[in-house]
Amino acid sequence: MLAVACLIAGGLWIGLHVNLLPDSASVNAPIYDELFKVLFSIGAILFLGMLGLVIYSLIRFRRRDGETGEGIALEGNLPLEILWTAIPAVVVLFVGLYSYDIYERMGGMENMNQSSHDHSSMKTEQRIWGGIGASTSQLDSQRGLNPLPVEVTAMQFAFLFHYPQGDILTGELHVPIGRPVSMKMESNDVIHAFWVPEFRLKQDVIPGQPTILNFTPNKVGKYPIICAELCGPYHGGMRSTVVVEEPDAFDSWLSKNSKQTASET
Amino acid sequence: MTFVPSSEINNNSPQSLQPKGWLRYFSFSLDHKVIGLQYLVCGFVFYLIGGALASAIRIELTSPISDFMARDVYNQVLTLHGTIMIFLWIVPVVNGAFGNYLIPFYVGARDMAFPRLNAVAFWMIPPAGLMLISSYFITGAAQSGWTAYPPLSITTPAAGQIIWIISVLLLGGSSIFGGINFLATILKLRRPGLKLMQLPMYCWAMFGTSILVVLSTPVLAGTLILLSFDIVAHTGFFNPSLGGNVIVYQHLFWFYSHPAVYIMVLPAFGLVSEILPVHCKKPLFGYTTMVYSIMAIVVLGLVVWAHHMFTSGTPPWMRLFFTIATSFIAVPTGIKFFNWVATLWGGKISLNSAVLFSCGFIINFVLGGITGVALAQVPFDIHVHDTYFVVAHFHYIVYGGSVFVIFSSIYHWYPKFTGKMLNENLGRFHFLITFVGFNLCFAPQHWLGLNGMPRRVAEYDPQFTFVNQLSSLGALLMAISTIPFLWNIIQSIFKGEVAGDNPWEGLTPEWLTSSPPPVENWNGPAPLVTEPYGYGAVKKEALDETTTNKTESPKQTE
Repeated sequence: MLAVACLIAGGLWIGLHVNLLPDSASVNAPIYDELFKVLFSIGAILFLGMLGLVIYSLIRFRRRDGETGEGIALEGNLPLEILWTAIPAVVVLFVGLYSYDIYERMGGMENMNQSSHDHSSMKTEQRIWGGIGASTSQLDSQRGLNPLPVEVTAMQFAFLFHYPQGDILTGELHVPIGRPVSMKMESNDVIHAFWVPEFRLKQDVIPGQPTILNFTPNKVGKYPIICAELCGPYHGGMRSTVVVEEPDAFDSWLSKNSKQTASET
Repeated sequence: MTFVPSSEINNNSPQSLQPKGWLRYFSFSLDHKVIGLQYLVCGFVFYLIGGALASAIRIELTSPISDFMARDVYNQVLTLHGTIMIFLWIVPVVNGAFGNYLIPFYVGARDMAFPRLNAVAFWMIPPAGLMLISSYFITGAAQSGWTAYPPLSITTPAAGQIIWIISVLLLGGSSIFGGINFLATILKLRRPGLKLMQLPMYCWAMFGTSILVVLSTPVLAGTLILLSFDIVAHTGFFNPSLGGNVIVYQHLFWFYSHPAVYIMVLPAFGLVSEILPVHCKKPLFGYTTMVYSIMAIVVLGLVVWAHHMFTSGTPPWMRLFFTIATSFIAVPTGIKFFNWVATLWGGKISLNSAVLFSCGFIINFVLGGITGVALAQVPFDIHVHDTYFVVAHFHYIVYGGSVFVIFSSIYHWYPKFTGKMLNENLGRFHFLITFVGFNLCFAPQHWLGLNGMPRRVAEYDPQFTFVNQLSSLGALLMAISTIPFLWNIIQSIFKGEVAGDNPWEGLTPEWLTSSPPPVENWNGPAPLVTEPYGYGAVKKEALDETTTNKTESPKQTE
């Protein structure tokens, strides 16, 4: 009993105090870190428990020199077997429901095909095949924030970001802090993946099948954008930067780079 | 039904034409024991090649820039490493080598159900492997990873990719032939009087594995044939510029390749279940739940494939379904691990190399299983998918799991294969450096993945240099660990202590014959072993029972 209590306390301590994650820079990163801490604690308890049991058994029940004879003729123990079927089942069920809750809080259950890309240049309604998409119209009503639409094109071996607002084409993603960003992504050649470790978000960028990724950055800084799907010889070099800046700085960047076209209203 | 294989072997004519002595290992032998060892040695040769490729990858990754080999060569090397280790080492060895050697003993037969098909299945492997490796020297090997996702596999140089497809088709065909053979042998060649629920656990593991092989490998074959059409005939099954769908390829590919994980791991589970009771001198704990959990893993293993595609074009409902299904695999798998620990508990454990490798397997696989349950959770996976966290996870499963069990099994059955004992001190030394090297190599990779290092890259952020060098140091230890092992294997053939028929005092039928066994497996009739795990102080008479059973003649029915 004492050993079990120590084990649970130790596992929880490891799970809550050992930080293996990078900086967090988006609204959903702390939600992810919460899930990580829970999984890490459960994992640490299970792993240390099994490790302890195996090492204890090997030492306690080792065959000493010159010892003959056999172990106990124990073929099974139904209550024990039911117990260790039930405990993992309950743990797994809890983890599953909990991660569903996390996923929903990250906006994963939103209907992807309602995202309001209609004010973008692409007028035709296209099916969205995957991603994390809080429907932008819902975000509007919730927080009164107008999401920033960005169209992402991936190619061997670069990302291109197009801002319909101002018709800017850039290789470096600039986003203002605190404002939701709604990205619609498609690839020109092979499959790539858009990954920002500090946002805890990744989504494949697929030729012929648009995907979306919504996030709200909440920490000023420069973070790497990494391609996470093998895309050819220079896959390791396919990196870019996302610059999260204060709204003023973002606005001046936007106005400095936007093409002064008459169509802009 | 007649007992076909035994008559085939007992009739002197076909067998007497076969070479004798060591030459028979290079022949089209029909003897399941020869074929088993052919698989084992052939697999090990490919393991050394795959290991050399892994070393090349780790050398490249000691520095953050791409400086050891050209970038496209690096992609060829990682593709070959994955393909060789999966299709030419682990799958043929845990299934083909130990399956062929042990299953006929366990069911009380004198050979497999289809000996000729068995030899054909083995002899498909060396040409497929040679073709795959030679493609590097002739045209440049495939460079789209072992997953060969289109459109990358369609746009990279075609010759290497086509050779890769043909090799994998041959290896898959070999695997299907083997699977059919195991199913037929286990179901139809059981010695009369031997019930299914009396079979050693490895038979159940191979039964479940063979179901997966027969159900899922043809899907891979069909998929790769369509992919080859896209490459050579410019069809548009998976080519998006011709209206194809790249996501469909991923579904079809993982419909095979997730069960493939169980094809590599379930036989390992079976082998551990054979090894631990013998060296603990204790019955296998919870035989019935072990059987049901294997079957549960088989069923669940077929409906979890899309967890490899969480960041792909996958709608939310599919993400959740596959999260739940995948998580639940942890339950039957957990049962098996608790049962093994309960098998250790209260035993008289001989701390030899076989037990150490098996326990190393338990520890490594528990860690791999825990990260596996974490990866099954969609929100968790979205961050670490396609990163070094995944690399660490699956090496804990296939190396820390399957390969540790292969070593454990070699230490356990080497006396039966050769009639000689291995050197235990060298074996324990081999375990020590393998275990330390493996964990040093792969444990830090979890951190790399969480902090932003994607997999399959030749260059990375310089902040990861130190941890990558640590990992490469572990890989160096793993490479060194093969030296004491090889030395042990080779010198023991000549200088090893004579093993005798049953050095571990095992109860399963392969120990109730000479070492190495005669062509007919037993000189007399096949023994009826109804309690393969009848160890234990209280049930001492169980051993006497089975040995008396040995003399009882099998009732051969027509």
